[in-house]
Amino acid sequence: MDPTRRDLFKIGGKLLVLASIGATLEQITGAEPAPDAYKMADHWWGMLIDIDKCIGCGNCVRACAQENGVPQGYYRTWVERYQVEEGKRPVVESPDGGMHGFAPLTREDVKSFFVPKLCNQCANSPCVQVCPVGATFVSPDGVVLVDPKYCLGCRYCVQACPYGCRYLHPGTQTVDKCSLCYHRITKGLTTACCENCPTFARQLVDFKNPKDPVHNFLRHNKVQVLKPYMATEAKVYYKDLDGAVR
Amino acid sequence: MIVPGVDGYMYPNEVELQWSLLIVLYPYITGLVAGAFILASLERVFKVEAVRPTYRLALLTALSFLLVAPLPLQLHLGHPERSLEMYLTPHTSSAMAMFGFVYLWYLLVVLLLEIWLEYRAEIVHMARTCTGWTRIIYKALTLGSDNISPASLRIDEKVGYAITVIGIPSAFLLHGYVGFIFGSVKANPWWSTPLMPIVFLFSAMVSGIAAVLVLYAASMKFRKVPIDMRCLDTIARYLFYTFLIDFTLEMMDLIHRTYEADESFRSLDFMVHTRLWGSHVILQLVLGTFIPLVLLAATQLWKFSEATRRGLYITASSLALIGIFAMRWNVVIGGQLFSKSFLGYTSYKMEFATREGLLPAILLLIMPFAILLVLVKLLPPWEKRAA
Repeated sequence: MDPTRRDLFKIGGKLLVLASIGATLEQITGAEPAPDAYKMADHWWGMLIDIDKCIGCGNCVRACAQENGVPQGYYRTWVERYQVEEGKRPVVESPDGGMHGFAPLTREDVKSFFVPKLCNQCANSPCVQVCPVGATFVSPDGVVLVDPKYCLGCRYCVQACPYGCRYLHPGTQTVDKCSLCYHRITKGLTTACCENCPTFARQLVDFKNPKDPVHNFLRHNKVQVLKPYMATEAKVYYKDLDGAVR
Repeated sequence: MIVPGVDGYMYPNEVELQWSLLIVLYPYITGLVAGAFILASLERVFKVEAVRPTYRLALLTALSFLLVAPLPLQLHLGHPERSLEMYLTPHTSSAMAMFGFVYLWYLLVVLLLEIWLEYRAEIVHMARTCTGWTRIIYKALTLGSDNISPASLRIDEKVGYAITVIGIPSAFLLHGYVGFIFGSVKANPWWSTPLMPIVFLFSAMVSGIAAVLVLYAASMKFRKVPIDMRCLDTIARYLFYTFLIDFTLEMMDLIHRTYEADESFRSLDFMVHTRLWGSHVILQLVLGTFIPLVLLAATQLWKFSEATRRGLYITASSLALIGIFAMRWNVVIGGQLFSKSFLGYTSYKMEFATREGLLPAILLLIMPFAILLVLVKLLPPWEKRAA
């Protein structure tokens, strides 16, 4: 026998009651999420980079590309090599984003160092400010993310980023950038770049975690963010950053 | 490793330009809209009777370009099908998010309404006298309002006046806002200046007035009707004044940057002397600004025959149109040629028959003229209230 309209109303009504009981039971019993579940409000992510420890091996760039499916020719993270000579403009290079390392230096009379770069996860982010639809946003745990299902691909954010960290993904035609390996850090893992850094030059840090070594580090070291005059409240801190770095 | 087209150091994601020729077209087209409308308002609001012959032509020109204005943006978007989200869920802190609202306001409230009120009597007359499909079109254009009694027309006149008054700040808003989109990007020193909206606005007025002047002269030639020289002289005079203000503002910006010489100056100065030399110094400054200004100044200082004045006005206006296009190019493309590290330069590789290539750009620039042809046929701007 085909169900009548009355039957449909009855089934619908029962479902409604069951659904509301389900919601109420959870509230009555005070069932909380599992204790190890990730709570965004408990974290405020950033990164520490110790320039003197970076050897320019490119492991981080390769690991990032592999972990996040970064298209060839674009970079969520990259490494620059600076050669600074007194009284001259610095010579900077980053062949393939430093992915395959760097050729040996031809001169020894210049100051040379490596600078890993990535999204600075700014708290006052210009890219977030300019997005016309709010497709890019700062998550409650302090990571600047892009919703690829919502991004128009207008690239205003690419123009607004002072650090050159964004690009249009040629496959999705939406803007892509470092997500601080959000899929990993919310599971208690570190980022792909940090995990693969052989010298611990990069350290994922959680500013809201009182036990995080970052607090001690910031107390005892001279640190700087990139382009502080941009007032973006960047959360990637560099130890012993040279004034030549842009 | 040497990256083709790159000198010095660019951040790796900066090598490819993100805003292409289509984004050059966008401020150029909206500028023509705003400028043409402001010229039209001279007659309506400021009672400059001499420009009356161009009033309707200026309105129709503004509408033709305004209808095309969002198309380069749509073509440029990675996901044009999502553009409606700007209306549904606008991000209020974004300078770009208001585009749709400013555009709709200008299109629906200002231009369409003003044109409809201006032409209503003739539309009703045509709906009554035409036959066949033209009758259907004019009937539809009346929007069901066929009362053309003197009292009703007086109301039209009053409402039309009010809309033009609202329209002037709206035209300022439309193009000043486009300038703000660029001027508010603090990461880019080539763009980031509070003068940008006002420079955009005055350059818009220059381009819009110049466009109407050329269109008016061309249409008179085409119709074999003598040009109203009083009208042309007046438009040229306003073009000269506006151009002077625009030039002064741009020079203020240049002098300020040169004198202040902040961190970015060396990099930008080098860019202007190398990659932007042709488009900035030659096209924008010499051909597109100095020469037309000198020509227009000459017509104000000395007496020339009608034919010479016509020639000078049309030459100056055409050069101004090229110069303003070059200015948009230099802002949009120039703003992406240097690295935000100030250590290097990239190049713009314009494609041809691709979504953001030269071919669609040419088509988009032709399209307003095709729309204008249809509009002129449908709503002849030549004789006011001929009916």
